[in-house]
Amino acid sequence: MNLWNKLMCYSRRRSPWLFHMNGGSCNGCDIELIASLTPRYDAEQLGVRLEGSPRHADILCVTGPITHNAVNAIKTVYGQVCGPKAVVAIGSCPATTNVFIDSRTLDGPLNKHLPVDVFVPGCPPRPDAIILGVAKAAEILANRAANKIPVEPVVMALAGSECGEACACAATPDADKVAVPAANEVKP
Amino acid sequence: MNLNLTTALARFLIFPGLLFAVPAAWFLLWVERKAVALMQGRIGPPFMQPFFDFVKLLGKDTPPRVGAAGMLMKLWPLIAVSAAAGAVGLLPVLPSSGGFEGDLILLLALLELPSMCIIAAGFSSRSIFGEIGSAREAVLSVAYNVVFLLAIVSIAASQHTFRLEALAQLPASPLRWLGVLAILVCLPAKLHLNPFSLPNAEQEIYSGPMTEYAGPELAMWELSHGLEWVAATGLVATLAAPHVGLVWLAVLLFLALSFAVVLLLSVVAAATARLAIDTTVRFYWQVTLIFAVLAVSSALFMRLLS
Repeated sequence: MNLWNKLMCYSRRRSPWLFHMNGGSCNGCDIELIASLTPRYDAEQLGVRLEGSPRHADILCVTGPITHNAVNAIKTVYGQVCGPKAVVAIGSCPATTNVFIDSRTLDGPLNKHLPVDVFVPGCPPRPDAIILGVAKAAEILANRAANKIPVEPVVMALAGSECGEACACAATPDADKVAVPAANEVKP
Repeated sequence: MNLNLTTALARFLIFPGLLFAVPAAWFLLWVERKAVALMQGRIGPPFMQPFFDFVKLLGKDTPPRVGAAGMLMKLWPLIAVSAAAGAVGLLPVLPSSGGFEGDLILLLALLELPSMCIIAAGFSSRSIFGEIGSAREAVLSVAYNVVFLLAIVSIAASQHTFRLEALAQLPASPLRWLGVLAILVCLPAKLHLNPFSLPNAEQEIYSGPMTEYAGPELAMWELSHGLEWVAATGLVATLAAPHVGLVWLAVLLFLALSFAVVLLLSVVAAATARLAIDTTVRFYWQVTLIFAVLAVSSALFMRLLS
């Protein structure tokens, strides 16, 4: 890998721009995503910027259990995000449809429609878990663009004490009840 | 000393042109973000953040652009970057660095070109948000440019010259401070900062004229925005700085003043919220136009007296 590629890989990891997409969420996760940009958590330290246009974004953050209405919108927006890109499913809803499971208004979970890279379970997840998920997604995106290899989806533990450690039970709704101490990487 | 081809190229490409201005643009963009973060009680982005953003954007894909509109969309950011870099290159940072009669007018034209490009880019992107953003940018630039141009014309008229270097060397009069103040009032609108961040109003109209831009094209827009920062704050620094003969002192003074202007603008941006378009236009037409007309009439009066 030459110097330019190394710099590019590093820059991609250090500059994840997000686009936030609501797929029928109750607004809980949306608030937590915004909270991760506030002074207490300050995701801008990692170069995170919440962008207004999907064209500018690297990482698509999807909240909500994906209603029938939202499916086409989410697919369109995913197409509008320019590559290399990654998808983060924020909250338990896009991972499992959570308490709305078996509802006839839903067409979830999210990975039925999009290739999800990171799941951040929680109802809602803590802002530090979201930041950790975004950082992990940026790493996945950079590695994938550099090596052109497919990466398996990652499931973050509730508060993400171990970055990148896939938690097998987190894919079930019960994972929300797993109490893990808050991450110490991302302290206010 | 007049400007020949060699010095002109050196000024455009090396100092204060591209070689100096591009890192300076990234630095000022960082200062702005960091100052806003500190004002909000955050830590803010790392020092190299605008550079990382730029490199990352260079490595992203762009949506396919077809036809004449697509070619224009690719062209606008390049024109904006070269105009802004040219504007920075015209600034008389070094004492006796050369210039020509009327370079102030060229500087004003080059400073105006990026915002023209933004307007054109929004319309050629055919996005509804881009068109709203462009319309806002057009209305805004009509509103603030009257004040901006009147302020600069009044400074130039009171001192009998349209040559930047001569203006920089003359001692500052009270009228010049009035003019600098009027320019400072216009800068938030020119640089799309709060409370006049209407054209690119994030979340409100997505990203305004930039909505359809991605990858290297967006990187060029970011760069042209940074260069506009350097040129606009540099213009204020040139007009406000006392004249010194030493080269290193002149450069240091220029940098310190630019830095101070960026800090001031960032603090204002962090402390205010976005105004509506009608309030903004009314502000520029009613409040500052009176101010600018006063400056021009006193400049003409001073000229008649002398």
